[in-house]
Amino acid sequence: MASLTWARRARRLPWFVLIPAIVAGIGTLVPIVYLVLRAFEADLETLQRLLWRERTWTLLVNTLSLTAGVLVLSTLMAVPLAWLTVRSDLRWKRFVTVLAVVPLAIPGYVVAYALISLGGVNGFLSQLFGAVVPRPSGYWGAVAALSLYTYPYLFLNVRAALLGLDPSLEESARSLGHGSRAVTWRVVLPQLRPALLAGWLVIALYVLGDFGVVALMRYEAFSYAIYLQYSSAFDRTYAALLSLVLLGLTLLIVGTEGRLLGRRRYARVGSGAQRAVVMTRLRRWAPLAYGYVASVLLAALGLPFLVLGSWLVLAPPDLAAWRSVAEAFVRTASVAAPAALVTALAAMPIAYLAARVRLRGSRLIERLAYLGYAIPPVSLALAMVFFSLRAVPWLYQTATLLITAYVISFLALAIGPIRSALLQVPPRLEEAARSLGRRPFVAFFETTFPLIRRPVVAGTALVLMVAMKELPLTFLLAPTGFTTLSVRGFTRTSEGMMAEAAPFALAIVLFSSLFVGLLVSYEGKR
Amino acid sequence: MTRRLLSLALLASLTGVALAQSLTVYSGRGEALVQPLIERFTAETGIEVHVRYGGTAELAVLILEEGRGSPADVFWGQDAGALGALSLAGRLTPLPDDLTAGLPGIYTSRGGLWLATSGRARVLAYSPERTAGDAWPDSAFDLTDPAYRGRVAWAPTNGSFQAFVTAMRVVHGEEATEAWLRGMIANDVQAYRNNTTQVEAIAAGEVDYALVNNYYLLRFLANDPDYPVGQGFFADGDIGNLVNVAGAGIVNTSRNVAAAERFLAFLLEPASQAYFTNVVYEYPVVPGAQPNEALASFEALLAASPDVDLDVLEDLEGTLELLREVGLL
Repeated sequence: MASLTWARRARRLPWFVLIPAIVAGIGTLVPIVYLVLRAFEADLETLQRLLWRERTWTLLVNTLSLTAGVLVLSTLMAVPLAWLTVRSDLRWKRFVTVLAVVPLAIPGYVVAYALISLGGVNGFLSQLFGAVVPRPSGYWGAVAALSLYTYPYLFLNVRAALLGLDPSLEESARSLGHGSRAVTWRVVLPQLRPALLAGWLVIALYVLGDFGVVALMRYEAFSYAIYLQYSSAFDRTYAALLSLVLLGLTLLIVGTEGRLLGRRRYARVGSGAQRAVVMTRLRRWAPLAYGYVASVLLAALGLPFLVLGSWLVLAPPDLAAWRSVAEAFVRTASVAAPAALVTALAAMPIAYLAARVRLRGSRLIERLAYLGYAIPPVSLALAMVFFSLRAVPWLYQTATLLITAYVISFLALAIGPIRSALLQVPPRLEEAARSLGRRPFVAFFETTFPLIRRPVVAGTALVLMVAMKELPLTFLLAPTGFTTLSVRGFTRTSEGMMAEAAPFALAIVLFSSLFVGLLVSYEGKR
Repeated sequence: MTRRLLSLALLASLTGVALAQSLTVYSGRGEALVQPLIERFTAETGIEVHVRYGGTAELAVLILEEGRGSPADVFWGQDAGALGALSLAGRLTPLPDDLTAGLPGIYTSRGGLWLATSGRARVLAYSPERTAGDAWPDSAFDLTDPAYRGRVAWAPTNGSFQAFVTAMRVVHGEEATEAWLRGMIANDVQAYRNNTTQVEAIAAGEVDYALVNNYYLLRFLANDPDYPVGQGFFADGDIGNLVNVAGAGIVNTSRNVAAAERFLAFLLEPASQAYFTNVVYEYPVVPGAQPNEALASFEALLAASPDVDLDVLEDLEGTLELLREVGLL
């Protein structure tokens, strides 16, 4: 009986939601199937022996406490910044917004190096101020480095939600006699919940999958153990097994997020337009606010630029070097831009399903997308190699395959902001358009789409920035000889030529900043 | 019209030649190092080379995953372990004798499946300032002495270090190696991620000694002659002076074996060898290449290096097992 209802209701879903969502869902299943195939190459006894080791638990505990630490620190950075740039009378808001997003584009190893180069006898602090502090490492070093370049995920999500939040809600609360603190706790924060959860989810899953920073900081997390299996044991079986454990962890986190998000309503139900926002005056808090903004930006942007700058001074690049940077940029953009567009196009129907459709399983595809994001990139790349050589050999080592891998890996990034926005858009707008005779597709594009346009653009930008700096998928899947900015940077750092790698890292950051600038000015125009 | 057709035909025949004479290299060695060599090779031979750059280990795993569909002709990696893994998996094709004939014993694989293109020696890096009063250790085994408590760095997750432990297991046995590892841990040895971070740790004052590869410090010194770190060999023949290699092999599914062999031969030419020593401070594998003055001589290296067959470095699994057992991985 229930399944009959399900089928009937599913049939009512428009094709432009169902088909892309199903295709994307199948795409994200590919790497999971591969991991299961590889892991179960080993016999059960070996699997058990490998899994039930004390070390597995140590890694698990380390990974979870690292994730918790990064969530706390990045929230402390992102939420005040988002509020200040949307709701306060802070000056240079647009400029601050651009700067606050740019750290996302900085390659993780640069951030980690920046922190490490602060301390020690030869460190920046000692050279500039004569202060010798120990070099950050281990747990706190990893927490700091990861927070410094993942907080923009949360910043962007919270900012989008604040922009979409109708101030009339707060006004009503105030008129009912609530003080500003009560309004914040009882109205604003609950409304920000989907955005906070989406941001936290993306950061948590990023922390699970990142190995570059934990390796540099000498902190033993799960991802690092997986990387070690590939890199020093050439062992695809154990690596696949560990990846599956990591995916289990991901499911746990995604499930928790789903439970916390629940099935609440966030959309306006009244009629009429959204009220204009009245900016909160900072008054005597202004110095504190400016100090806060400055210190976050100095840590997240100033430090990496200090390191990149010192490398550039160490080995000033010549004209030929800049020309090769420009060539690599064109190549990078030629795969990152299509990947960002396709990701956004696929993310919309998935977010729509997750936010709008009350069907059993309608959130399943969204969860699969998060799995795609949390799979260690080396495992994902090998899965693509495995399947493409067997099923579509003519696609192997083509830009198409690389872009497909990007989409699978980054889908979750674009879903977050779109889903939060969809939850805030009243469904009755679209229903009204349909009742006026618009076909579903037209109704969506005439009513809902204009209201979620900004988060769609934000999601696209997010994917573009991350794809621009992506490394492991790129060097395993790109056409041979197709070297992107990040690959060019890496092939210098791998020979210990940090200074020679600097122009490429700098180019990634500069081009991404340019793009964020365009994005924010678009946001202002509406 | 006819002229256009003619030029099209000419173009087609040219690209046809280029296709027949092209080579795909999977290179774990960096682009900055490799690209100038490739350009010279193409200029000399007319063979077009496509290079896929990436991490040595990831590219080796990639070739394993690609199976029979691998487009790679040559694998060029930064350490013997990756080459060993490929040859163990049967993914390398035997090399002709004339390629390996001129190489000293420390630079060849006994199975003849791959060859070294340059050498990197393990050395002991130190802080001249903070070790001035110490006696120089004769052997890596001396570092478990209480005099070195908390002062030595190593990188247990680093490939070069693991190759060194593998060699120690082969030459001195499992028990002695395990005892040394445990002795080092008990002596509060400091773990780092890789060679560079260890050298930086000496400069930063965190440790006084580090077990590293020979070339990292030389690169720091090239940028800053006053960099506060020095390095040296243990006594001649000590396992601490192990010479590990960067090397290349021909993938068994290659359809361009002749061009691949020509490429390997090219890497052994004196001009290429001189290039390695001068650009990345590695040791040449053939005598007679113009030496780099920052390096010990070819003869001194041969004297210092322990007698270890590079093929034994293939047993990385046993080393990882041991490292896990003593709690390092």
